[in-house]
Amino acid sequence: MKRIFVIITLLAAAPVCADGNENLAPAATNQKWKTECSACHIAYPPSLLPERSWRKMMGGLDRHFGQDASLDGPTAQEITAFLVNNSAERGANKRAKKVLGSLGPNETPLRISETAWFVRKHDEVSPQVWKRPKVGGPANCLACHGGAERGDYSEHQIRIPR
Amino acid sequence: MSRLFLSCLCLFASGAALAAPADLLQGYEMQARQANPQFQAFSAARGEQFYHAKRTHSNGKSVSCAACHSDNPKALGRNEKTSKEILPMAPIANKERLSDPAKVEKWFKRNCQDVMERACTAQEKGDFLAYLLSIK
Repeated sequence: MKRIFVIITLLAAAPVCADGNENLAPAATNQKWKTECSACHIAYPPSLLPERSWRKMMGGLDRHFGQDASLDGPTAQEITAFLVNNSAERGANKRAKKVLGSLGPNETPLRISETAWFVRKHDEVSPQVWKRPKVGGPANCLACHGGAERGDYSEHQIRIPR
Repeated sequence: MSRLFLSCLCLFASGAALAAPADLLQGYEMQARQANPQFQAFSAARGEQFYHAKRTHSNGKSVSCAACHSDNPKALGRNEKTSKEILPMAPIANKERLSDPAKVEKWFKRNCQDVMERACTAQEKGDFLAYLLSIK
């Protein structure tokens, strides 16, 4: 009986393990996206927000979460096109569908950490952990996901700083 | 003739991309003189004061250049919102600093808005650069 339970648990866990091997790097990259976005934070995977979110964000860069992140017109246009072309609707990875599915049709989150998908994935992280100086909050993927800059968010890359 | 014009243009463009901080300062000096005929020279001491000065933002928070860029411009800074590291501001500690005029202007535009809630004057920019360049 116990053995059956173990097997069932393992089977149930298997998809989670497969899901854990997460590479969220876009298929093709864009140098301006990388340079400009990663000046203040890592260049977040474009597949983690829908097109409508990226368009709204790129339309308000002069007040970007309380900071002025304004760009010249051509640079903003190029980055918007890249984000839209790799958004949750068009991202090739499985996560993109899950992110999209976790959003209501009228939800236009500007923070990836506000999507139900993100919240669910991080529900075991206690509020105290987010507040640690070396973490600083959910914007700082790199604090725990060592491979974040390469788009690698897999489980075995996670190390939560004390 | 058009070829001559083109090669001049190319020289100018590559010159601009490789401008030394001294060229940047010269540009700000011209602007400062235009704004104020009494303008004398940039002051590293004034720049140092500006760098450390704390002001209260209309959102109630205390802001300053040093808050993100560290009290010591030779040290690493940290973005207050995202915790991302910021490379040192002083060219002596980071030779990339102040080497690209477009980048310098981009960040003055953004950060002056964030800290001062207005654009900085040419004199403020020049003093700021004079301070960073004076650090050995």
